[in-house]
Amino acid sequence: MEHSPPPFFKRGPAPLVRLFFFASLSLALLVIDARFRYAEGLRSWLALAAYPIQRIATAPIELLGTVGSFFSTQAQLVEDNARLRAKAMAYSQDAQRYEAIEAEAAHLRRLIGAAERLEVRSVTAEVLYHGRDPYAHRLFIDRGATHGIRPGSPVTDESGVVGQVTRVHALLSEVTLVTDRDQAIPVQVVRNGLRAIAFGGGASGTLELRFMAANADIQGNDRLVTSGVDGTYPPGLPVATVMRIEKDAENAFARVVCRPAAGVDRGRFVLVLSDDATRPPRPEEAAKDKREKRRGRLKDSDAR
Amino acid sequence: MLASSQILQPVRASTIIMSFALALFLNFLPWRDLRLMPDFVALVLVFWCIRQPRLVGLGAAWALGLLTDAGNGVLLGQHALAYSILAFLGIWLSRRILWFGSGLQALHVGAILLAGQAVALLVRVVAGDGFPGWALLVGPLAGAVLWPMVSWLLLLPQRRAEREQSI
Repeated sequence: MEHSPPPFFKRGPAPLVRLFFFASLSLALLVIDARFRYAEGLRSWLALAAYPIQRIATAPIELLGTVGSFFSTQAQLVEDNARLRAKAMAYSQDAQRYEAIEAEAAHLRRLIGAAERLEVRSVTAEVLYHGRDPYAHRLFIDRGATHGIRPGSPVTDESGVVGQVTRVHALLSEVTLVTDRDQAIPVQVVRNGLRAIAFGGGASGTLELRFMAANADIQGNDRLVTSGVDGTYPPGLPVATVMRIEKDAENAFARVVCRPAAGVDRGRFVLVLSDDATRPPRPEEAAKDKREKRRGRLKDSDAR
Repeated sequence: MLASSQILQPVRASTIIMSFALALFLNFLPWRDLRLMPDFVALVLVFWCIRQPRLVGLGAAWALGLLTDAGNGVLLGQHALAYSILAFLGIWLSRRILWFGSGLQALHVGAILLAGQAVALLVRVVAGDGFPGWALLVGPLAGAVLWPMVSWLLLLPQRRAEREQSI
């Protein structure tokens, strides 16, 4: 009979062996997630598991807000009411004017034969919390796939573009802010229509226009809005204001630093825009079709 | 008196699970600057790996890491790798650390937490992100400062039972 140690001495594999096992498992997951994006299903399930804890964690802050509003004074409420009423009045006037101008613009566009602007739907979402990742600028909102959010939708607040939905889970979605280093957004200078691309500035909380010609017509306090040429962001949303322009004699390009227009790190509510209307197909697809057709033709000729 | 010289009640599994749930809750609170906050899950994980290396090990660390990764929306496996290494260091050094008083224990734990943070930083730099500033060091150091309190709190359920027995 074989002599084996009694069961209470059995401790499984050594910690070092386990470390190698779990470290290689993590590295494999990292590579799969970073390079191939195959792990999205697993991520959605895990996010759903973490959701209750996240929801509970944001509850105390909401409770504080509720308690605070309960104890707000009568005078303050009256003042707020008056202010909001004045604001609503101004907005309603703007809205009336906007409707008239929109009708006029549509009419003019029809006259010159330009494509009509697409309708944009919007969903209001509440910010759950900022991402715990100091390497990226993200926030999480309480609307997800079940509420019809799609990846790639632009997110705005009352004063401008906040970011873009980059990942959608069942009950919440992840918004990458315009200040994130990997986020780029096509913009246009309001003053002269100059087009450029704004990149996130990372930890500084600013945006940057890189690779602008040193003599480009851009000045301090220029307002930047989305140009809409990318087909993702509707045109005309405020994005940023130019803070300063750094021109370097050694460099052919000027570096333009801008302040985001939206409160990317403030505010509780955001709007998720979505345009489900059909867009013309992307040129790449058309080109691919053509290539396929050509290949088909070549095959035909080969067959012949 | 050293913490290791006390005779403690055996730990209940519910205590461990509750402590991890509480740590996850603290981590998911909407903090203003996350670099300055200690990683509570890492702290509790190191505690249990030092105290109960046979109950809490690399498997639990890895699962918690994955949950944190998904909850924070970072690369899947970043925290899993960091927590696995934290757990390994905790188990490896557990015999040594328990000989010290809480101040020196905190020093060891600070070093372990810094190692975990360094692993996370390495992963992100390899994945193409920039260095987010030296404030990154504050979190682990804050964790080390919190260590005496955390270890006192987490040992409380075991200790109270002992005192009742002795009366």
